[in-house]
Amino acid sequence: MRRVSKDQKTRIALTLNGRKLAAEAEPRMLLSDFLRHGLGLTGTHVGCEHGVCGCCTVLIDGVAQRSCLTLAVQAEGREVRTVESLAGADGKLNALQQAFRNNHALQCGFCTPGILMSFTDFLARNPHPSEAEIREVLSGHLCRCTGYAGIVAAIKEASSPKQVGIMYLTSTQSDRREPFSA
Amino acid sequence: MKPRPFDYVRPDTVEEAIALLAEYGDDARILAGGQSLVPMLNLRLIETRVLIDISRVAELDVIGDRGNLIEVGAAVTQNKLMAWPQLKQKLPLVAAALPFVGHFQTRNKGTVCGSVAHADPSSELPLVLAVLGGEVVLRSQQRGTRVLAAEAFQQDMLTTARAADELITAVRFPVIEGKGVAFNEVARRHGDFAIVAIAAVADARGAAQLGVGGLSGRPVVRAIDGDAAAAVAAWAEELEGYEDLHASAALRRDLVKNLAPDVIAEAIEKCAA
Amino acid sequence: MAGAQKTLRKEDPALLSGRGRYADDLPVPVGTLHAHVIRSPHAHADIVSIDASAALAHDGVWAVLTGDDVRNMSEPFLAAVKTPVTQWSLAVERVRYVGEPVALVVAESRYIAEDAAELVAIAYAPLEAILDPVAACEKSAPLIHPQAETNEVSVRKFCYGDTEAAFAKADRRIAMTTEFPRLSFTPIECYVVVATHNAAENSYDVLANFQGPFSMHPVMARALRVAGPKLRLRIPPDSGGSFGIKLSVFPYVVLMGLAAKITGRPVKWVEDRIEHLVSASSGPNRVTTAEAAVTKDGRILGLRLDQLEDYGAFLRAPMPGPLYRMHGAVTGAYDVANVEVVNRVVLTNKMPSSLIRGFGGPQLYLALERLMQRIAVELKLDPLDVICRNLVPAAKFPYKTAAGALYDSGDYLRAVEIATGGGRLEELKRKRAAARAAGKKYGIGFAVIVEPAMSNMGYLSTVMNAQAREKAGPKNGAVSMARVNIDPLGAVSVTADVTVQGQSHETVLAEIVSRELGLKPDDVEVVLEIDTAKDQWSIAAGTYSSRFASGTAVAAHLAAVQMRDKLKGIAARQLNVLPEDVELAQGKIRSRSNPDNALPFGRVAATSHWSPVMLPESMAPALSETGVWSPQELEPPSHDDRINTSFTYGFVFDMCGVEIDPKTYQVRVDRYVSMHDAGRILNATIAEGQIRGAFAQGVAAALYEEFTYNEEGAFLSGTFADYLVPTVSEIPPVEILHHSSPSPFTPLGAKGLAEGNCMSTPVCIANAIADALGVADVPLPATPRRIHAMLAESGKP
Repeated sequence: MRRVSKDQKTRIALTLNGRKLAAEAEPRMLLSDFLRHGLGLTGTHVGCEHGVCGCCTVLIDGVAQRSCLTLAVQAEGREVRTVESLAGADGKLNALQQAFRNNHALQCGFCTPGILMSFTDFLARNPHPSEAEIREVLSGHLCRCTGYAGIVAAIKEASSPKQVGIMYLTSTQSDRREPFSA
Repeated sequence: MKPRPFDYVRPDTVEEAIALLAEYGDDARILAGGQSLVPMLNLRLIETRVLIDISRVAELDVIGDRGNLIEVGAAVTQNKLMAWPQLKQKLPLVAAALPFVGHFQTRNKGTVCGSVAHADPSSELPLVLAVLGGEVVLRSQQRGTRVLAAEAFQQDMLTTARAADELITAVRFPVIEGKGVAFNEVARRHGDFAIVAIAAVADARGAAQLGVGGLSGRPVVRAIDGDAAAAVAAWAEELEGYEDLHASAALRRDLVKNLAPDVIAEAIEKCAA
Repeated sequence: MAGAQKTLRKEDPALLSGRGRYADDLPVPVGTLHAHVIRSPHAHADIVSIDASAALAHDGVWAVLTGDDVRNMSEPFLAAVKTPVTQWSLAVERVRYVGEPVALVVAESRYIAEDAAELVAIAYAPLEAILDPVAACEKSAPLIHPQAETNEVSVRKFCYGDTEAAFAKADRRIAMTTEFPRLSFTPIECYVVVATHNAAENSYDVLANFQGPFSMHPVMARALRVAGPKLRLRIPPDSGGSFGIKLSVFPYVVLMGLAAKITGRPVKWVEDRIEHLVSASSGPNRVTTAEAAVTKDGRILGLRLDQLEDYGAFLRAPMPGPLYRMHGAVTGAYDVANVEVVNRVVLTNKMPSSLIRGFGGPQLYLALERLMQRIAVELKLDPLDVICRNLVPAAKFPYKTAAGALYDSGDYLRAVEIATGGGRLEELKRKRAAARAAGKKYGIGFAVIVEPAMSNMGYLSTVMNAQAREKAGPKNGAVSMARVNIDPLGAVSVTADVTVQGQSHETVLAEIVSRELGLKPDDVEVVLEIDTAKDQWSIAAGTYSSRFASGTAVAAHLAAVQMRDKLKGIAARQLNVLPEDVELAQGKIRSRSNPDNALPFGRVAATSHWSPVMLPESMAPALSETGVWSPQELEPPSHDDRINTSFTYGFVFDMCGVEIDPKTYQVRVDRYVSMHDAGRILNATIAEGQIRGAFAQGVAAALYEEFTYNEEGAFLSGTFADYLVPTVSEIPPVEILHHSSPSPFTPLGAKGLAEGNCMSTPVCIANAIADALGVADVPLPATPRRIHAMLAESGKP
């Protein structure tokens, strides 16, 4: 049983984008704040802190979820992935990122990291979704700039049959994703 | 918009969890998926001394097939239940309602029991549990295991019969056979809390159990036999409805009057098929 | 550009990789403190006392600022309309809207600051609140600012032509009243400010995701009691959307500056979503009574508009912009010579209004285009015929409107014909007939609008009469600036007077500059963060009023041309040819007549660094060229109050079909067509993105988003669960068409186009709803609740 008292800063160790690391946080620290200001990865954005806008979405053990509705201490020992993990070390965009660029699927780019992470999870479960399924998953995100059309086009491109074999995320031992079910 | 301070405890077993509840009672809150609780903490709408995180209690992360009942443990997420291979066959009404619950991303974390525990008056899963005549399983050190009918569990808007030292360990959905089901709801946006939610279970004869969320403080269920439109209209007037930002009471009543007969008809049709 | 490959934006690789540099991402000095704003729970109340002692005793708390501090340490904000109202960065003595900043807690973390905020005891004595703008004008209404002696703080009447005669000879007078609701476009990134005070110099260095216009810089500096150069304002390289809203971060720039001065530490504040919704900024709500004098065949002889605009509790600079930004274009796309306009500004107990995408256009066109539909209904004419009969004819361009705008170019009728042609309108009519035959409620709506771009910085002075304007000194024009720089190896970079919010300015500026220099867009680096201490800027700088295409883009073009011409001169000497024979192409600078006689671009371009003495006689080194664009068409208001409010004027024609679900009372947009004439399109991909974004916001305004207050002034739209931003599921498809009438006034021929659908779409959908339900009044947003109430009133819910 893990116990942390409210004033106690505790060491929280996790795997972030494949690297094991740790930092201190008190129990009420939100994972979004911990990632951004504790661990220095600012690609995960904060837009509402009540779970509606979706821009803080990250993967925990492969599962897309709101990091603003997750405590840092809840991610202890887990494998967390953020948008910084998507491109190659040389900066080369992956297929999903490239599809966003090809389809003018972002303007200000603030909501984009969350959307990328949602679909990194979703497309791994369901690599060739229907447009209705894409829209259903995308409806968990708010974008104010694009009117969404470019985003839908990008995800369709990234999940088209010619993209077979491109996995957006290799599964890991701690993968807790459920198979997709419509 | 940051939560107030709280102690955090993450038990590994149900025994540990209920021991903590016995110790802290009302001063503690259970954290499972956190999709309703954490927003309220962030908004400082609620205060808690201790947060008991049950999301890693393995024995609660189980979907149990007990023949005529499907028992869904308190750590089972909505998407996990949605992906359960036998869902459509055994719990078709749950299968019909789950896509309306929040979004893919919140269902990844939000739990079935959490929705029931939160007891929002227009929430989908409490409605389905009520229509199916399901049960809520509670455990505490003092009372042991209590099983409450859905109707007895949810008492009013955000109010349930759970005692301060009790943990909801599971909810049980009855398996129904030889019946048809249908679900519909009206929300302002896709994935929003429903203005009204409607669920029906019908038999071959055309008799239906109709459940409605969004007309009173909790989901309500009534047997409808015969002229559905007239029965629904009378019932909607009787229930009155309530007003909030997005809907007047009159709108809620009219939505139910307009949609419930179709939901019943769809359930009857599915039964025949 | 149809069928062409989409542009790959320069901005995207970083933004897609989590490498954006938004304000909250940038490093802050060690020791930076964090602030939290305590806000008023009351719509109207006197502040009786504030006791911060418990908060100050809390571990980690450095300071609690109140109205007394800001009154002692700062000046009130200057406003555009002179009234005896003072406004500060925290409430002084009285609160006037729910969410108004009352105190600021500064602590070692945001978490601690919020804890301490709960320990600050504030006693209020509630006062009667007034929310309704019409009621607020009544003599008996409670006064928002008693010293102003009225809530209706500005009233001006404008007369152009002979409206009285026009109404006297008209066959019919048709009038209607519309109400435009309150809403915002809520950028997903909220406000961020990091302020540092240097006590040795009494200077401020502030990072903020401010969007401009930089006419607010002197307002902030004056409030901080320093000369302009002592307020160094830095705008980060990325900003998570703005849509006009991030102008209103300015009071917090001042507040955090004061907090930094008091604590002696840098102070950071990140607005949260709840704060943003309750108090960041709202578009103004407007009640308009519009009346037309018409012939029986629908020709408008004269127009009267009474516009009552509600700016909330304070009239902040540059308000009442939305009432006056459209002033020259108040007759929209129509050729109407006789117009009377009454502009009335009222204050109420709501959050202050300010910039918002569309800026006055949605309010004006809701009134004007609903009236056009109503004229057709009353006269039993086809609404499209009534529109076409009144459009400004193509032969009249450039066209001077009654109120003084100079419409640069257009062929409105042709654009309408193209959009309604191709079977589009026939299909809509067929669908409507079929739906109605099946007992469904289906309607068709139209809207035509003129979309102004790049505001005349003098337009707001129209709020004063000619005499007062004379006394205040002339205000007019709008300057745009951009700079092209050459580095020691001849690499090119560009800076410009815009703030980044997602409009793809990097991409388009690289295209414009590289074209003149014979380079590829990838060869040009564009750096768009602004530092007021070092960068070129004027009061017009920033990203707002669609000023980029007809402003900054032109300035960049001019800078590139200047640089190109200098490089031609330098190369001519090195190539032994005349400058006229030099061209820049394919990364080379070469002789046009003998392309083999060529030098690499970088070699020539670097000359000014390594060998400035070798430059042609009297040529200054070509290291950096600044393009300055200041169009002469933006004259000050004339003596008789005519004003060319903007520089270019695009055109939009929208047409849609909607069906109203009789069971759920939801409005479904079945088909939407949007025709744009924005002159020459600078980049088709980016233009489409802007139109789609504005369209989504237009749909949001028509059907979803609204700031709601109850009668006591409580704010009911305080979370994203209550304030409904549409998701992908709520945005219908839109067919976008273009017709191009290049602007003769700019070398690029391009007009702004980013706001059009914010102006046209709400009223187009409202017109379709009116047609579907056969009603005159269509309240917006047309929610199920309102549709249900309308049907209930007519006895058929």
